[in-house]
This record gives sequence, structure tokens and C-alpha cells, in this order.
Amino acid sequence: MTHAIEISNLVKTYKDGTRALKGVNLNVEAGQIFALLGPNGAGKSTLIGIVSSLVNKTSGTVKVFGKDLDSDRQAVKSMIGLVPQEFNFNTFETPYDIVRNQAGYYGIPSKEANQRTEKYLKQLQLWHKRDAVSRGLSGGMKRRLMIARAMVNEPKLLILDEPTAGVDIEIRRSMWAFLEDIATTGTTIILTTHYLEEAEQLCKNIAIIDHGEIVRNTTIKELIKTLDIETFIFDLDKDPDTGILDQLGAAAKDDASIELSIGKSDSLNTVIKQLDQAGYRVISMRNKANRLEELFVAMTGAKGD
Amino acid sequence: MPNTTYVGIKTLLRKEINRILRIWTQTLLPPAITMTLYFIIFGNLIGSRIGNMDGFDYMSFIVPGLVMMAVITSSYGNMVSSFFGAKFAKHVEELLISPMPNWAILTGYVGGCLFRGLAVGIIVTGVSLFFTDIQVHNIWIVISTVVLTSVVFSLGGFINAAFAKKFDDIAIIPTFILTPLTYLGGVFYSISLLPEFWQGVSKINPVLYMVNTFRYGFLGVSDINVYVAYALILTFVFILGFFSWLILHKGWGLRS
Repeated sequence: MTHAIEISNLVKTYKDGTRALKGVNLNVEAGQIFALLGPNGAGKSTLIGIVSSLVNKTSGTVKVFGKDLDSDRQAVKSMIGLVPQEFNFNTFETPYDIVRNQAGYYGIPSKEANQRTEKYLKQLQLWHKRDAVSRGLSGGMKRRLMIARAMVNEPKLLILDEPTAGVDIEIRRSMWAFLEDIATTGTTIILTTHYLEEAEQLCKNIAIIDHGEIVRNTTIKELIKTLDIETFIFDLDKDPDTGILDQLGAAAKDDASIELSIGKSDSLNTVIKQLDQAGYRVISMRNKANRLEELFVAMTGAKGD
Repeated sequence: MPNTTYVGIKTLLRKEINRILRIWTQTLLPPAITMTLYFIIFGNLIGSRIGNMDGFDYMSFIVPGLVMMAVITSSYGNMVSSFFGAKFAKHVEELLISPMPNWAILTGYVGGCLFRGLAVGIIVTGVSLFFTDIQVHNIWIVISTVVLTSVVFSLGGFINAAFAKKFDDIAIIPTFILTPLTYLGGVFYSISLLPEFWQGVSKINPVLYMVNTFRYGFLGVSDINVYVAYALILTFVFILGFFSWLILHKGWGLRS
């Protein structure tokens, strides 16, 4: 099995003594979209910074497609494209110049650099803004510009740190489609995200990092299987009274809805029967979307407190 | 040199030159205005009362010094503003994540400073032609000195910018070190006018060697030995160049 990334005993201690990474071991298979989740300050950005040569590691080894970061840094760099969390382009330059220059830094000859710049600006729907001063772009456009810039060297490994933070749903979904397209070409994608729906939608495998340690590294399916309870929302024909809420252990939601967590071994029939007996009709019922979120909070919350 | 590295340097250099030309009112115009004022005040108005200096009229004497002063401040200023700006706005990361070798990144930035330094030097020389005739004793000494001096101060600016944490940090060295060194570096006078003790003190100032060698290229006169000056300037190029490369290699001031 080829690994896009092999990280062994990675430690990072900052000058102020903060231990951001405490011996991280992580392998990411090539050709997949991999999610790295963790609360703020967990060490995600430090990990990404080390792999992309923006942060010096304290100890440990990092290999990208078998090339060691210490002994073959240039080869490692040439295989990576990075979309950082913060905007880090010259806001006085145009999108065309920003992407075109990045191609040049990767040694891509002029003619090809121009072709690739056009290709990725068009794919990210920025071609019409190619000559605008990038300072004036919207937040979503700026984020797409950073993706275009990261793609211009056609990396084997694309790393995205919170790629869809602050963009609207429509653009987020178009970016997901773009990432899924890239993944089909064999590019390995590692993304950190706070949108757990994003991880669930895009990724097969996931690692959860907390306090500088990988606390879980598994498939999304396996992770969700470990949930003992599921949360459902029932839409009723009228507002529930406190009696039924107490009886079910449910919480009232807006517009005659209740939210109820049910153990995996419990039957939904029992709940519906109890509602029926209390004079409520169930109009509709849905599974609450943030299953992964609950698990994430359960895994990292206890340590964080 | 691999072709990919050549493409990287060319890209960075083109970006830097575009930046300098785009903001020409900040990069090229001010030295021309400042030096014109120097020529009018020191050269024409006061200079006519000073008389000859080292056998040349005062205006002819100060032209090489003023050109060199403009080159030094422009080269240094270009590096600190460009590189610290890139660091401050984080777009230096575009280079740090790229496979460009560290020496190539340095070459691109120094090349940009050289462009601005030489452009300013040519502009100021052109302005001086309105005030005096210029003779050239040895064109190769003129060119080599101005290029090497521009490189020295570009590298100095790079080190300043790499360690600077705020904009104040890039203003301190030009104000408190570079300006005094330049003004006391024989731009306006020959050190032969000074008492022996102060002549010795002046010889600690590296700018004196650069200004005098440059002046020697124009006028054929110098307060110091030109070979010693070349040795000193080249030593500065290698030491500052190596230290700048080390900064990029270790990531001092650039990578946490």
C-alpha cells in the first residue's frame, strides 16, 4: 500500500514551551480524501505546517510519497499544494498574477504556467476576475483563489486547512464537487475542517487530533458505528406539553417538534406509540444530521474540560 | 542550474520589478527629487563657495557620493519593504512552500533590489547632468562598485526584514545606522580634511570604501586604497550572503 504521508513520533515544542504535537503517528493512504479533525489548538495547523515546510519540527520523521522531509525537502515540496486557513496572498496583485507566479516558483515554464493558470481560474470560477485587484474579491472568491494557486503545480498531495470556512452553502458544495473531481484524478487530499458534514460527505478515513495527539484514526463508517445513541427529531401536529416531554425524556424544539435521543437497542415504535397514546400525531421524523459532531464532542470534550 | 530553478528566479525577479514599476512614485521618483535638492543646495548654492575638493569642483566631487547614497538607501529600502511586507502579509509562504532553493529565493529578491538600486543610480546620474559634466575614469570600476554595493545593502536589508517583527523594526536601522554611516562616509567631503584621529575613525565605516571606490571610477581620486575596498566589499557580500542563506535555511524569523 502506498502512503501519501507517513508520520512517525512527530513532536513540536514551540519556543514558549507549548507542546503542540506530542509524538504523532499517522499514515494516510494515497489517492483518498482524508479528514483531520480537532478542536481549536489541537495541533492540526502545526501538523500541516510541518508537512508543508512552514513550521520546523522538534523531532520525528515525515515522509511524503516515500520522500523524507529532512533529506529530500525539495522533492517533498514539489509534490504538495497548500491551501492555508488564513489568506496569504498579496492583496495588491491580481488573481492571474498570484496563480501564475506560484506556477513559476514551482519551475513550470511560462507557456504551461499560463495555460494552467487559465485552467484553474476557470475551474474555480474566477476567470472573469483574473485582472481584478484581489483585495476586492469576496471571502469565497479569495478562498477559491487559494485553491487555484495550490492546484497550479498539480500536486500529488493537496492539503486544505479549513477550506470552506466562511463560504456560503452553494459555494461550499461547488468546492466539494471540485475536490471530489480532483480526487478522481488520483490526487490525495487532506483537509481539516470544522464542518463535520463536510468530512462525512467527502472523506472515507478520518483522524481526530486533540491536545497534540491522535485520539482516533479510522474510517468514517467505523466511527459512526461506535455511536451508542442516535438523535431524532419528531414533527408533531401540535405543541407538546411538559408531561409528554418528561415521559419521553425529550426536548421541545420550535414549531411543534421534539428532539429525542434513543439508544441503538431501543425501538422507535415505542416512542411513536407513547406519542399516539398521549394524543399526538407524528407528521414526520428525521435523523439529526450532526451524528459525527456528537461523537467529536464526546471524544474531545472530556479532555478539553 | 536546473531549469526549474531558473524559472523560479525569473518569476520572482519579474514580480519584484513589476512591483517597483507599479509604485514608481514611491520607488523611483523620491530619490530623484531628494538628490536634485542636494545638487541645488550643496552643489550649486553652497558648493560654489567651497571651492575645489581633491582637485575637482565641489559639484563634480559630490555627484558620485550622492549617486551612491541613493543606490544604498534604495537597495536597502527595497528589500526591507518588499520582504518584510511579504512576511507581514504572509505571502512569503508562497515561496517557503515552493521547491525553490533558498539561494534562488535570495537571488530573486536581491535581483529586484539591484534593479531598483541601478535604476535610481541612473536617474540620479541623469539629473546630475543638468548641473555638471561627468567624467568617467574607469567604467568597470563604476559598474562593479555600484553592483556590489547594492548587493551588500540588499542583503543587509534582508537580514533586517527577516528579524523584524513590526514596521518600526525596519525603520530603526536605516534611521540610526544607515543614514549616519552614509553621511559620514565621505559623500560630502574628503576625509583628508579631517584630523588624523577622525580619519582613522572614518576608516571603520564601510560606506567610506564604497563611496570612494565609486568616486575613483569617475574621478580617479580616492581617500582609500581601491584594492582594500574591493576586498572589504566582497567580504561583506560573502558574509551577509551566507548569513541570509542561513536565515532561509533555518527559518529564523520566518518559520515557527
